[in-house]
Amino acid sequence: MGELFRRYGYGLSITMVGLTAFWLLMLVVIPNLVLFEFSFKPYLPVVDLGGPKDVYSLKNYETFLNSPIHITIFWKTVLYSSLVTLTCLVLSYPLAYFLSKVCRPANAPTIFLLLLIPLWVSEILRSFAWFIILAFQGPLNALLLGLHVIHDPIRWLSGFNGVIIGLIYSYVLFMLFPIYNAISSLDTNQVEAAQDLGSSMWRTHWRVVIPHSKPGIASGCVMVFMLCAGSVIVPSTLASTNSRWFTEIIQQWMFEGLDWNTGAAYAFLLLVLCILFVSIVMRVLNVRLVDIAK
Amino acid sequence: MSEDVELSHVNMDFGKFRAVNNVNVTIKAGEFFSFLGPSGCGKTTILRLISGFMDPTGGAVKIGGKDMIGIGPNMRPTALIFQNLALFPLMPVWENIAFGLEVRGVDKATRRAKAEELLKLVDLHDSADKKVSQLSGGQKQRVAIARALAVEPKVMLLDEPLSALDLKLRQHMRAELRAIQKRTGVTFIYITHDQGEALAMSDRVGVMSQGVLQQVGTPMEIYNNPANGFVASFVGENNVFEGTVKSLSNGVATFATSSGNFTSKVGPGVVKGTQAKIYVRPEHSFLQAKASTKTNSIPVDVAEMAFEGNFVNIFVKDAKGATHMVQAQNDPNASPPVRGSKQHMVFDTEDAVVLVDAATASH
Repeated sequence: MGELFRRYGYGLSITMVGLTAFWLLMLVVIPNLVLFEFSFKPYLPVVDLGGPKDVYSLKNYETFLNSPIHITIFWKTVLYSSLVTLTCLVLSYPLAYFLSKVCRPANAPTIFLLLLIPLWVSEILRSFAWFIILAFQGPLNALLLGLHVIHDPIRWLSGFNGVIIGLIYSYVLFMLFPIYNAISSLDTNQVEAAQDLGSSMWRTHWRVVIPHSKPGIASGCVMVFMLCAGSVIVPSTLASTNSRWFTEIIQQWMFEGLDWNTGAAYAFLLLVLCILFVSIVMRVLNVRLVDIAK
Repeated sequence: MSEDVELSHVNMDFGKFRAVNNVNVTIKAGEFFSFLGPSGCGKTTILRLISGFMDPTGGAVKIGGKDMIGIGPNMRPTALIFQNLALFPLMPVWENIAFGLEVRGVDKATRRAKAEELLKLVDLHDSADKKVSQLSGGQKQRVAIARALAVEPKVMLLDEPLSALDLKLRQHMRAELRAIQKRTGVTFIYITHDQGEALAMSDRVGVMSQGVLQQVGTPMEIYNNPANGFVASFVGENNVFEGTVKSLSNGVATFATSSGNFTSKVGPGVVKGTQAKIYVRPEHSFLQAKASTKTNSIPVDVAEMAFEGNFVNIFVKDAKGATHMVQAQNDPNASPPVRGSKQHMVFDTEDAVVLVDAATASH
């Protein structure tokens, strides 16, 4: 704090700290606390608020436990978010390695720019673009039919296919960048030393590159999983009749049912799930929180 | 046990830049061979060509008579010790050493035993389970050596591995490396820009400049009979005079400089009329009160003196203002010349040599 004052003076320092504190407190902490309180209260008509019926209970959480459909959707959200995370990892790791160790350093910025440009378009438009691409009579089927790869058009948007494709596309870069950063910090001599000692490419990655980039991998996995599990736009735009996402249930409770209390309970269940998942991933990969924060 | 390494007409181009230019040398099995040269002379490139991280753009690299072109670093019978050692920080010491064995599918107990054995060889007992970060610079050095020895390489390549150590430790590790090499009998190829290291450790030295191998010889040959001016001035100190060869008979040249005529031996490629330089070692230069008629002699003023303990460096200025150095043994019974006094620097014909600057392509 003293260092901050010395660098920027009292006026600017207090303004900066104050604004950050305001943002954290008013836009993150308090709304969440309010929702947390909501989740333990019943959904009541306005006249009953503060009345004898307005008491804390676990009823909203019981609602979830008593709806097998919601539980199924919950697990499917976990399952498919994990699948998307894993796919992103498999796609990103070789690319990250290529960008940081194989391709000429002069070319890397160009490749990064090409990867980033799609991110400048809003998520809703990108999802909709995929909706068009994947449509039954859309360009992808037309192309594959034209190339005689397939003989009958494929229903890309059935089941969770569309959602999975959309989520991978939307969040793959959140996996790429942390892994890229991690691999970039690896001394290339380490890779060469392993090779020189007779190591095959696979073993070099398994014993040297992956252990070194574990914090980046963990960080990417956590990020992508969180974004997937919490995504609303992609699952609702690229949905099929039987691809419900858990966030859509929360949305339903809140905006269609106007029952913020049950919605809040569901939202906190999702939050708990995410924290649990992150803890498990960190445990499995044996990384600490400070490594991820780096 | 060990193999010879043959480089024949090796070229390495990076775009338009030729980093290694027609290098021809055979390093004998069991030899301690050093490539000596300033940074950017192509010596590290040569190391990478032998270890297999690059293939030459021309010529052949053979190890034990076998052509190595197209064979990757993991399939060559070489082990490289990196300048920064490149130990694996996330593995304990013994796993570092045993990594090469792990790659070869050796079981864990054997690996562990071999690692312990190698740790003994490099004088590092009880360090098997330590982390790399817990070791000192010299200890890391030993682990790197042990890790390279574990794969029982035919050829060991060392890329200035001592440059990060302090002077005392460096001198100690020199002797150590030399001893390990003699004990194991492995061919050592050592890269360095430190002439002291190269001369002290090597059986033979190859001096490089601008991608060209200037001279190959024993440390004594390199120092006493440098092939050209680059070798003479890179290895050791010299007093240098520029001039022209006026006449040449029986290997003795009369060399005309602006400071007067000198007689000297001649190096390779020097003929009558050659514009060149004459090189004299400071320890072969002497000061005396009177001019000599029998040997080369030049009047000088004593400018500065540096007492180094076992010897004294006396810096003198000639009439042209050029500074020369005379190295004299420390003699407690004789007082050194006085600063500012007029003296004559003399040197024998046998101790002076006319050399052309540097070869631009090897033969």
